[in-house]
Amino acid sequence: MFSVFQYSFIQNAFMAGSIVAIAAALLGYFLVIRGLTFAGHALSNVGFAGAAGAVLVGIHPVFGLLIFTVGASVIISLIGKQIRERDVAVGVVMTFALGLGILFLSLYSGFAERAYSILFGTILGISRDDVIVTAVFSSLIIVGLGILARPLMFSSFDSDVAEARGVPVRALGVAFLILVALAVSVAVQVVGILLVFTLLVGPAATANRLTSQPARAMLLAIFLALAYTWVGILLAANTIWPVSFFIATLSFGVYLPVRLLSPRWWGSGSRDANDTI
Amino acid sequence: MPMTPFDLLRQEFVQNAFLSGTIIAVVSGIVGYFIILRGQAFATETLSHVGFAGAAGAALIGINSLVGMFFLTVITATGMGALGKRLKGRDVEVGMVLSFMLGLGVLFLSLYTQNASHAVNLLFGSILSVTREDVIITLGSSTVVLITLIVSYRPLLFASLDPIVAEARGVPVQFLSILFLLMLALTVSQAVEVVGTLLVFALLIVPAASAVHLTSRPFSALILAVAISLFSTWGGLVLSLIGHQPASFYIVAITSLFYVFSRIVRRFYYPRRYREPLHPSREI
Repeated sequence: MFSVFQYSFIQNAFMAGSIVAIAAALLGYFLVIRGLTFAGHALSNVGFAGAAGAVLVGIHPVFGLLIFTVGASVIISLIGKQIRERDVAVGVVMTFALGLGILFLSLYSGFAERAYSILFGTILGISRDDVIVTAVFSSLIIVGLGILARPLMFSSFDSDVAEARGVPVRALGVAFLILVALAVSVAVQVVGILLVFTLLVGPAATANRLTSQPARAMLLAIFLALAYTWVGILLAANTIWPVSFFIATLSFGVYLPVRLLSPRWWGSGSRDANDTI
Repeated sequence: MPMTPFDLLRQEFVQNAFLSGTIIAVVSGIVGYFIILRGQAFATETLSHVGFAGAAGAALIGINSLVGMFFLTVITATGMGALGKRLKGRDVEVGMVLSFMLGLGVLFLSLYTQNASHAVNLLFGSILSVTREDVIITLGSSTVVLITLIVSYRPLLFASLDPIVAEARGVPVQFLSILFLLMLALTVSQAVEVVGTLLVFALLIVPAASAVHLTSRPFSALILAVAISLFSTWGGLVLSLIGHQPASFYIVAITSLFYVFSRIVRRFYYPRRYREPLHPSREI
């Protein structure tokens, strides 16, 4: 089973996958506590338009991804003032971007194959250069998040008090979504557009159910994300089934029992305030 | 001799596209209004991804894709309904179901075939490949959805607008919630046929969201939502027959324009009168 490690494309997949998993788990924790799960899903779908547009004009997909996801994250944080309206507004941005994506791809000839690889990722086709680019980008994201972490945590848990204490809540929200956009752009080549969301939300959601302490939850999320990615790649390398299926199933398979059992060990009442996240 | 657009209308695939597009647009507009009232946009998005897994699984075992979608979306909708009286604010749970279903869909697709265009059709819709059989199934399930909604219209509206008071008045809120999710499951499955998994939002939610911006009366909003969604579907179909780009793109573009327009109109016409209510998940 472990003999697959002698192949360099498996090594590359492991390295790129691990780096992406760490960045996604950290950002995912904040996504979950800020209630921005849907925005995470939307941003990854917006990336599809960027990648498709880049293919059409003949530049590297990562540039298209960056332009579209960063643009969309700014729009999303500007229009989403009222939470009730936010899901719909986010959804409109997402759908419109997806519509553009399908237009770009239909203008480009090798239509379906290209769309398929953007949507479902090509983790086993990652080069050493891709690994280096992924590592550089992800370190920047993690450093950025490290700088924002404390005020972001404050404004995520209690935005009114944070605002009263002079924390720039609005600007933090925009900066955070831009970091998510960067992470999505990097992660797309590993798991594909559709399952970026899995790495972002799955580990963080489970960790957040298991502990309420931020630092512990983040570490646990990183651990889970790495475990899903590694086991997923190993299983996929030994079978004909796709990596994204394994990662998504592991993530759901761990989350489901935790979600069902956690109300019992938390007791009733202690987490009522957080139950909505 | 080159074909004119009117010659195209005599083709069976064009007729099928218009028939199913029209039926689905009417149902989507009505169901969409309740989705907006109930704040279940994300649940809709998730059900559309469930539909993706269902359609891919149907292709794998060789049955009609609509049947596969109905099966899986109805099961998931029942599960989500059992999850709680209110699905609002349960973003994370809904999102986890979404990502699992995507994974499952990817697996089915990869087992079924390496044919990428099948996947792309599922994700972005293929209204021009709808068959007569699909039209009949769509008509049947739409009738079920419409009759259910007409019968339960008043209590459903009450339960959607104010669940707490409705429950106190003896309205079966929990039952209505599951019933509505089931209708949503049927509607989403049909909409996947037209615009595809990824663009269900455009047909189900955007017309109703625009309508809600333009009027606050339930009945006018319902009519307006149906009108917008019909106009967008027909417009998208006609443009795609003339312009040779995918119908889903045109449908999305038209509904998005309506949404932007309605937000602008609302900003100028109802500057103050019409305050946003608190997010329901924060109220409770």
